[in-house]
Amino acid sequence: MEQDVARIIAELTAKEKEVADLKAKLEKLQKDSHTTASLHPMEDISSALDHLRKKASLNNDEIMRYSRQLLLPEFGVKGQVNLLKTSVLIVGCGGLGCPVAQYLASAGIGRLGLLDYDTVELSNLHRQVLHGENRIGWPKAFSAAESLKRLNSTVECIPYHMQLTPENALQLIQQYDIVADCSDNVPTRYLVNDACVLSGKPLVSASALRLEGQLTVYNYKGGPCYRCLYAKPPPPETVTSCSDGGVLGVVPGIMGCFQALEILKIASGKDSSYHQQMLLFDALEGRFRTIRLRPKQNGCVVCGEEPTVKSLVNYEQFCGSTATDKCRRLCLLTSDKRITIQEYKQILDDKIPHLLLDVRPLVEFNICCLSSSINIPLSNLEQCKPEDIALLKEKMREYKRNLQSPVQVYVVCKNGNDSQKAVCALQKMSGSELDSLEAKDIQGGLMAWAEKIDTKFPQY
Amino acid sequence: MKMAAPISIHLEFGGGAELLFDGVKTHHVTLPSQSEPWDVKQLLEWIKANLLKERPELFIQGTTVRPGILVLINDADWELMGELDYKLQDQDNIVFISTLHGG
Ligand SMILES: [Zn+2]
Repeated sequence: MEQDVARIIAELTAKEKEVADLKAKLEKLQKDSHTTASLHPMEDISSALDHLRKKASLNNDEIMRYSRQLLLPEFGVKGQVNLLKTSVLIVGCGGLGCPVAQYLASAGIGRLGLLDYDTVELSNLHRQVLHGENRIGWPKAFSAAESLKRLNSTVECIPYHMQLTPENALQLIQQYDIVADCSDNVPTRYLVNDACVLSGKPLVSASALRLEGQLTVYNYKGGPCYRCLYAKPPPPETVTSCSDGGVLGVVPGIMGCFQALEILKIASGKDSSYHQQMLLFDALEGRFRTIRLRPKQNGCVVCGEEPTVKSLVNYEQFCGSTATDKCRRLCLLTSDKRITIQEYKQILDDKIPHLLLDVRPLVEFNICCLSSSINIPLSNLEQCKPEDIALLKEKMREYKRNLQSPVQVYVVCKNGNDSQKAVCALQKMSGSELDSLEAKDIQGGLMAWAEKIDTKFPQY
Repeated sequence: MKMAAPISIHLEFGGGAELLFDGVKTHHVTLPSQSEPWDVKQLLEWIKANLLKERPELFIQGTTVRPGILVLINDADWELMGELDYKLQDQDNIVFISTLHGG
């Protein structure tokens, strides 16, 4: 008896191991196949998609699956049938695109186009809820399609692992009924807008950053388009991305759910509540505010009476920035005012005296820092905040107790942009507000340190 | 000459625009008495002189707000209210929202 039990347990353990090995093998194969697929970019977008079925009734499976929404008099069978024949293109499968796709697929939208050029990273998972740990490195479009298939296998999902460009946008958007702007950068927002105006599609647009969100339906029922509201793009230096400014994951989650809601209303045959209206969400104060917007502008260059934008243009040029939310590289200083991360490591190893000034915001300094660094955020430095200047003076005094001036200051930040601005600010103060000093910036910042010198240093 | 009485208004900054005002989102301010009623154009000059902490060019360009900031007067787009020429009333609520682009 005891022998039997032991034998069966041993057999079970062996079988479990076999299953685990097979699962791992399958996962690897699936991942590889998706990665290879990404090397052959994009579906052939030129061949038109099949027409979605046009039928007036639901089958028994559909009645059961969608029963709870069929019971709503505002929605009913008619709403569901309308939904089943509607196609939606989701531009961006990130923090907004994931919840949009999730709720549209669950509700039984006919077809979803899922567009994203990017791949899944660990720092995406807190808000991009269709991608899991096993999807890191996958193209987001494929990862989203895979998750949605499990959610509702009857919805047709078409992943597009590619950048939306002036060359492909019209062809793609013409094939869909409604467009959701879930992108993360200014040039793409203008591009999607113009393509929607030129092809006459409603644009359900949302955005989120830090603890705030905004939502509007553009180009819909006589309301304004994006350009009616924002004729001129914002100066690039005023634009903050989620990777620079941060975002609480649930905030794009809430805004994406709102987008899904408005799309469901339009697709099922109701009106959206947000034409010529904008929803503002402040998560910290727990407040929603709806504001009245201007109507469509007669003078608008794309939707006005005498449009000058009749085909898509170069949006990166128009906005003066690239169509990604990845960090930009500034170049403010000459090379003699900059050192590489390897040179800084050498300075540390040789114990050459210096001050290390970290100019990141305190919240980032608290995430990680180099042990000898002093933290004075760039904005405090630029404003000459008295307590920070006093701190710097104190450190310079300590330094000069043993050494001759000028004081050697190395400035570091996350990526090597703010550190250059800080060097400029220090140069102005040297010899006036501060004793004379020699400031240099460390190229590539702490992320270069993490990549090239100390791989245990956190990346964020 | 008849003087317009001082008026109290509520100013709000959001979408990141508050970062130019030490991170403070809500300001209750009193605009002093002057010979003619205050308009939004004069309000912008007053904000620049009295509230703006750093880098004014990130808020004001020329005589108006920089591209990418939406102005709301009592919860309506300022385009519906006369933009820079709108005459401020006591207890008006003026909101400056920086457009968000992240997703
Ligand atoms: Zn327009």
